Amino acid sequence: MADATRSLTDLFGMLGPRRGTETDAAAELSVTNVSEAAYPSQSLHKFLRCLQSTDNPLLLDLGPVVGSNVTFFGEQLGCRIRVEDIAADIDRHVKAGTVDQLAEFFPKRFTQDPGTVDGILCWDVLDYVDRPAAQALAKSLCRLLRPDGCLLGFFSTAESAEKVYTKYVVVNQTTLRYRTYPALRPRQRSLLNGDIIKLFKDLRVTDSFLMKSKRREMLFRKPTSR
Amino acid sequence: MWKRDESVKPATPPAPSPAAAPSAPASAAPAASEPRAQLGRDNVNIGKSVIIKGELSGSEDLTIEGSVEGTIDLKDNVLTIGPNGKIKAEVFAKSVVVLGEVTGNVTASEKVDIRDNGSVDGDIASPRVAIAEGAHFRGSVDMQRAGAKPGGKPNVPGSNPQAPQQGGQQQAGQQQGGQQQGGQQQPHRQRVGA
Repeated sequence: MADATRSLTDLFGMLGPRRGTETDAAAELSVTNVSEAAYPSQSLHKFLRCLQSTDNPLLLDLGPVVGSNVTFFGEQLGCRIRVEDIAADIDRHVKAGTVDQLAEFFPKRFTQDPGTVDGILCWDVLDYVDRPAAQALAKSLCRLLRPDGCLLGFFSTAESAEKVYTKYVVVNQTTLRYRTYPALRPRQRSLLNGDIIKLFKDLRVTDSFLMKSKRREMLFRKPTSR
Repeated sequence: MWKRDESVKPATPPAPSPAAAPSAPASAAPAASEPRAQLGRDNVNIGKSVIIKGELSGSEDLTIEGSVEGTIDLKDNVLTIGPNGKIKAEVFAKSVVVLGEVTGNVTASEKVDIRDNGSVDGDIASPRVAIAEGAHFRGSVDMQRAGAKPGGKPNVPGSNPQAPQQGGQQQAGQQQGGQQQGGQQQPHRQRVGA
């Protein structure tokens, strides 16, 4: 009997480490999931539909370049894509100790003619700048957008001290994958709905969704002048 | 293991004269002609220490590890910018692979491929563009689609502009994203047509 118990113990002992390894592997996988999780987007397909109304639309992407997004928007939608990495600008200013000059920097940042951009992927860059810089950036974007053009913005609803930016990778027209990477400063604050509407006062809010991913997705459209 | 690059590269790359360098970089390194013949196809390598200023054109695949300023025209061939390559030029080629640095506009009739740690500051015009994670790119991308009808509307796969795409699409998205937290991600529509 003792021998039998011992052999069972040995057997469990043999199974134990394997179980632990599986747990470790699962934990490792879940860490990967946290930084690479995919979320549904309620506004992306509406943004795409807005772009579809134009031939060869000019799209301004304010995030870092994502190869698969370039393929998605370029090959599948026929967009001309302009990548203007605002996060890199913010980091450069943080490194140089000139963050307070971002408000003067943004109006001179874009070289496009006013009213020539069909769509803007603003993502969540406005969360990372202080109020004057956010106002300057929003004003520049409104100026660039053509009448009836659209802007997609994400706004965090939760404070976070984590120094990470998020790359939004388009999986398909209703799903985005969030991929984080290091930043030099955390999100500055959570903008309230009213603050956001004030920032983009020249645009019309067509949709606003509060997501359980702690982000507010907002789709804006520039009114056509009558 | 035989390494092609080592056999092709001259031991000390000759500094090209301004006249010889632009149109025929292959002729600038006659010592390399024999190993190159063994390759069975045309492929020219511009070494790390070579600096070319002016117009570079040819009808052979080219790998640049050195510096080029001006214009590169290889309309029917593949141009590879090696990890040490630094280009400040307008580039025209059939296909461009970037592992080094390019400052200037890149036009390719087939494909532009920016690999990990590759960098492009400039506008890209090509029907296919691949940008690896970790690559740097600043500029615009215009994929002049070969099969696109002039004036035709862009096409979103599976989209129907007429049909509302709320619940059903979200489910489809959840099925595709293996790691997403879609089941708990029902958004609350807050405001429409504000």
